[in-house]
Amino acid sequence: MIFDFFTKLTGSEISASIISALLPLFLFVLPFALIAVLLERKVSAHIQDRLGPMRVGYHGILQTLADILKLIQKEDIIADSNDKPLFNIAPVLVFAGSYAVFAAIPFTSSYIGSNINLGLFYIIGISGIVVIGILMAGWASNNKYTLLGAMRSAAQLISYEIPTLMIVVTILMITGTLNLNELTEMQSGFFWNWMIFGGQATGIAKILLIPFMIVGFVVIYISTLAEVNRTPFDISEAESELVSGYHTEYSGMKFAIFFLAEYANMFAVSAIVVVLFFGGYLSPIGYLGNTLGLPWLIPVEQLLWFTFKGVAFVLVQMWLRWTLPRLRVDQLMAICWKYLIPIAFVNLLIVGLITLI
Amino acid sequence: MKEYFNNIYLAFSTIFIGMMVTFKHLFVPAVTIQYPNVKPQLPSRERNRLYVNMDDCIGCDQCARACPVNCIEIETVKSIPGEDLGQTTNGKRKALWVTKFDIDIAKCFYCELCVFPCPTDCIYMTDVYEFSEFERDNLIYDFVPLTEEERIEKKENHEKFMAEKAAQKEAELKAKESKNNSQDKK
Amino acid sequence: MALKTEEMTLNLGPQHPSTHGVLRLELKLDGEFIVDVIPHIGYLHRCFEKHAEAMTYPQIIPYTDRMDYLASMYNEFGYVVTVEKLLGLEVPERVEYIRVIMGELQRIASHLVALGTYGADIGAITPFLFCFRDREKILSLFEMTSGARLLYNYIWIGGVARDLPPDFLRLTKEFIVYFRPKIKELNDLLTFNKIFIERTANIGILPKDVAVNYGITGPMLRASGMKWDLRKDDTYSVYNKFDFDIPVGEGRMGTVGDCWDRYFVRILEMEQSLKIIEQAINQIPDGDVTSAIPKRVKPPVGQVYVRVENPRGELGYFIVSDGTLNPKRIKVRAPSFVNLAVISKLCNGHMIADVIAILGSIDIVLGEVDR
Repeated sequence: MIFDFFTKLTGSEISASIISALLPLFLFVLPFALIAVLLERKVSAHIQDRLGPMRVGYHGILQTLADILKLIQKEDIIADSNDKPLFNIAPVLVFAGSYAVFAAIPFTSSYIGSNINLGLFYIIGISGIVVIGILMAGWASNNKYTLLGAMRSAAQLISYEIPTLMIVVTILMITGTLNLNELTEMQSGFFWNWMIFGGQATGIAKILLIPFMIVGFVVIYISTLAEVNRTPFDISEAESELVSGYHTEYSGMKFAIFFLAEYANMFAVSAIVVVLFFGGYLSPIGYLGNTLGLPWLIPVEQLLWFTFKGVAFVLVQMWLRWTLPRLRVDQLMAICWKYLIPIAFVNLLIVGLITLI
Repeated sequence: MKEYFNNIYLAFSTIFIGMMVTFKHLFVPAVTIQYPNVKPQLPSRERNRLYVNMDDCIGCDQCARACPVNCIEIETVKSIPGEDLGQTTNGKRKALWVTKFDIDIAKCFYCELCVFPCPTDCIYMTDVYEFSEFERDNLIYDFVPLTEEERIEKKENHEKFMAEKAAQKEAELKAKESKNNSQDKK
Repeated sequence: MALKTEEMTLNLGPQHPSTHGVLRLELKLDGEFIVDVIPHIGYLHRCFEKHAEAMTYPQIIPYTDRMDYLASMYNEFGYVVTVEKLLGLEVPERVEYIRVIMGELQRIASHLVALGTYGADIGAITPFLFCFRDREKILSLFEMTSGARLLYNYIWIGGVARDLPPDFLRLTKEFIVYFRPKIKELNDLLTFNKIFIERTANIGILPKDVAVNYGITGPMLRASGMKWDLRKDDTYSVYNKFDFDIPVGEGRMGTVGDCWDRYFVRILEMEQSLKIIEQAINQIPDGDVTSAIPKRVKPPVGQVYVRVENPRGELGYFIVSDGTLNPKRIKVRAPSFVNLAVISKLCNGHMIADVIAILGSIDIVLGEVDR
């Protein structure tokens, strides 16, 4: 695995762990954010009969780089009445929360930042830091709009953790492991072994599981959508009401970090959905590396499949964003508590009964 | 309970319909154009920057009076006999030197009210719309073809002519008076 | 023991993405719930009425454009009808038809902005751009006729500035054919979306009697269930020659007079406007459009009040003439201004997000509120 490789290369475990921790940031999260921002703009533009950025590079492919250059140059405005330490820590916390999730996500069978047995549990726990960051940003900005945005966001994130967890528990009942690598390997084979198609279950149980797995997938997809504050659940940003929500007061690079965190988060939750329901990095149709007899090709292919699946869900998130209006705070809570949680509970119960068969 | 499931059904079905609409639009060609590279075809009645064809202007001041924002300033000097200013294209004889025809295009609000009263159709709106400036003063357009010296010269000519005329008149008057006086004396 | 709480004052505007201009709303909040809304206006005040006293009658027309800048044609229309009444002027029939076509196209354009921005207020950006795309097509029609896209100065006292360009009627017919499916698309994308309905139905309910007491007019009044349209009830120009319905709010998704009704009435009105334009195109007579334009507009001493059905409601002009070239006094009854007054009544007990929804459904144009 990568960690052992770096240990051998550098001869020290500390530097190896630092390198393997930073690896996804520079190889994956940053490039992904760059591409996703552009993708979002292009998708929205084409949905709205526009062209989107067209100036920088061919069809504007370098637009995000240009934007980042601009953001780096911008003045970092800190208002007098801001709570400076909190104001400065908040974006770091938000990004740390969303980046730490990547540590336990298996990109391929040979690379996982930290192959801990409590992977899923760790992800759900660590993503809670984002709430603290958002609350901090909203409070430290000392602005009523940011405060309202932060309060909404905190309420929203905490509520939507519950249906997410219920579905995670549903999966756990079938697989019996929290280790994401193992969870993925349990779905190996072809695509009908994915969790959404009932996993490794056979016979009648598999057929019975499929509809409830689909319900579970829809519930977890909706609730993760809410956890990353995307439309229709973007009430904490709510451009038309709260100007820009909790990051209204931020400018320059700090704003860019919030932005980066948002896109990193989008991929992170998609990755979790992929790992839980769509076989993670597994190929649905077999590997080219096997047929060609090139074993080193398999992890590369797996990475491509994983990225492909994750980006597909990110694209659906974008598609939803540019289609739907925004919910109101109380309706958001109503969806969570009146619809998602009961459905998730019933789903949990039924799946539990089916697994007993 | 029925309402509960109906709500779920309605939410999913309407969201799905909406998503189909947006999905179709992903493949609809864009309606926007890449502006500085591609420019829109403007209709012939386009109302943008004012232009004055000074060859035809007779200095009648009608446009300035029609303007609601007073962005046109005109000063004229009468020509002296012997000067031929020529004719406008529609056959009007020009009798005035236009020494000042300033349009403050920053004030102009493109109502086109100045265009209609013009007897010689010399003021009109063109389809030029890219004329931003860094200095506000550059937006005051001077349409008079005369140089600064010529303008002063025309004014002086006119003043001289008027002075001569006045002198002449006075002389005539004096002559008349002296005549009258001499007649009275007789 | 109850926790000690206090009200929070939130300043919504004058610089805010969804106050439709420079309106400032002072919100008294209890958490996210509205206790009181106090609108502060005047940030866009340009002294139109006082200014007009120094202008001659034709010079005022470009200024009326700038009041409700989303419905310029209709502002001109109303002003011109008023001055013509003051002068006792008869205009050629072709002019009246051109005015009606322009007015109804303008109504569609204005409603498109209202609906599109309403979508954006609720959080859906795509319908906003779709609406603006279609509005641009109308503006192109205006541009080929008058030369300008927004502030036309096209309808003049006694006529119109220029006759229609030769292609105009054909292109307008094409637009109608193009636009009908787009209304359906908007309905699919936004109007019947469950989230949109949840956000707007039963929000900001304006009962009929309250609407009448506040002097609300236009789509807002009709959404409250009152069938009142000046085009039919106090007809002017040639509106009596056309066959069209007056859509009223029915409370299809909630209660009569809620935000959804106000939104949907506008969609139905666009369809009725298309119907009027179609009839006008088929009936339009030939003739000279500039023959009745007076050289000097010098009305007799007197005063007149004329009202027309602007896209936002009853637009009234009150002109006092002292027999000179300039009016002695002009007063405009601006529909947005009157409609805005009811906002504090509508918002009570709702949440911040609803204030935006209610404000959007009133469809104000600050240029007209402040004048």
